[in-house]
Amino acid sequence: MPSTGYLVAVVAVAATITLALRAAPFAVLGRLRSSRLVAHLGRHLPAGVMLILVVYLLRDLPVDRPLLVARELVPVAVTVAVHLWRRQALLSMAAGTVTYAIALTLVPG
Amino acid sequence: MEPPGFAIAWRRDRPSIAGVLAPGHRSDLRAAAGDVAGVGAGMFLLGTSFGLVVVGSGLAWWWAPVFSAVVYAGSLEFLLVTLAVAGTPLAAVALTTLLVNGRHVFYGLSFPLHRVRGRLGRAYAVFALIDEAYALTTARPAEAFSSGRILWSQALLQVSWVSGGLVGALAGERFSLHVPALAFLFTALFVVLATEATVAGREAAGPLLAVACALVARLVAPGEMLLVAMALFVAVLLVRYRATEVRRA
Repeated sequence: MPSTGYLVAVVAVAATITLALRAAPFAVLGRLRSSRLVAHLGRHLPAGVMLILVVYLLRDLPVDRPLLVARELVPVAVTVAVHLWRRQALLSMAAGTVTYAIALTLVPG
Repeated sequence: MEPPGFAIAWRRDRPSIAGVLAPGHRSDLRAAAGDVAGVGAGMFLLGTSFGLVVVGSGLAWWWAPVFSAVVYAGSLEFLLVTLAVAGTPLAAVALTTLLVNGRHVFYGLSFPLHRVRGRLGRAYAVFALIDEAYALTTARPAEAFSSGRILWSQALLQVSWVSGGLVGALAGERFSLHVPALAFLFTALFVVLATEATVAGREAAGPLLAVACALVARLVAPGEMLLVAMALFVAVLLVRYRATEVRRA
């Protein structure tokens, strides 16, 4: 388990950077609005960052055991499908998680 | 730009325009409560699962309200728990925060901060500028909002999120709830955010490059995968930017 000091540091780092990001545009509003680089990053960063995080969360898939890979990837596919269908985040997440619960009982460890 | 975030879940629950155009005698708090109702319920539920994830990861229950009250950035908080339990270096935590919450830089461009009065009020409005607050306050003209209505909305959103986390963490601790499937809820959250952002982006090259960066990082630097993948992706975006600028010139 991580130490309390380390956890406090994690919270402090994340909180400080998050606050700085939220405050930044009010501090340099004019320049940001007209920056083409900011517009470029604003258009392309969000999807890419989220996809990298998804790959990161799935990083330890045992590629030599197809059943275990399917156990993780089928719920992901269900989540995507339900989300494209209804566009309701809570519903998509619930559908994926229920699928995962079923997959866990079908393919234990 | 369409911001990705929890807000996408409750778009359909937004109060009608009619209720906004005639706020009249309704107090700011009541107006804010009306604005927030649907979103707040969703945030409370997701907060509950966050609390369960915190306790399920082996952290003490009170870390849930600490994360939610101090960092106050929904999706990042889930990620922080995973990173912290893995003992991720602070530099990687910093870069991850920068990139995951980088979208907040764009919220300030249209959030009606000029309607909020008082230094303290403005400071809180900026601190609590989460996806949902941005979505609620930019859904209609800035003139529809008084200072109190904006601040009450933001405060109610945070109360929903923090109290949800508290309830989840205490329930997890008290009944030693262990739900293995719950771990997937967190993956599902990012799958939804990625789906939403990819659809909104309307292009395949960027997302494919991002996935390629992640896979390269996984192969080359499995220990520092997140850091390497995100740095690589930002570098790729900068190269793409240079290329389009050169073509433009």
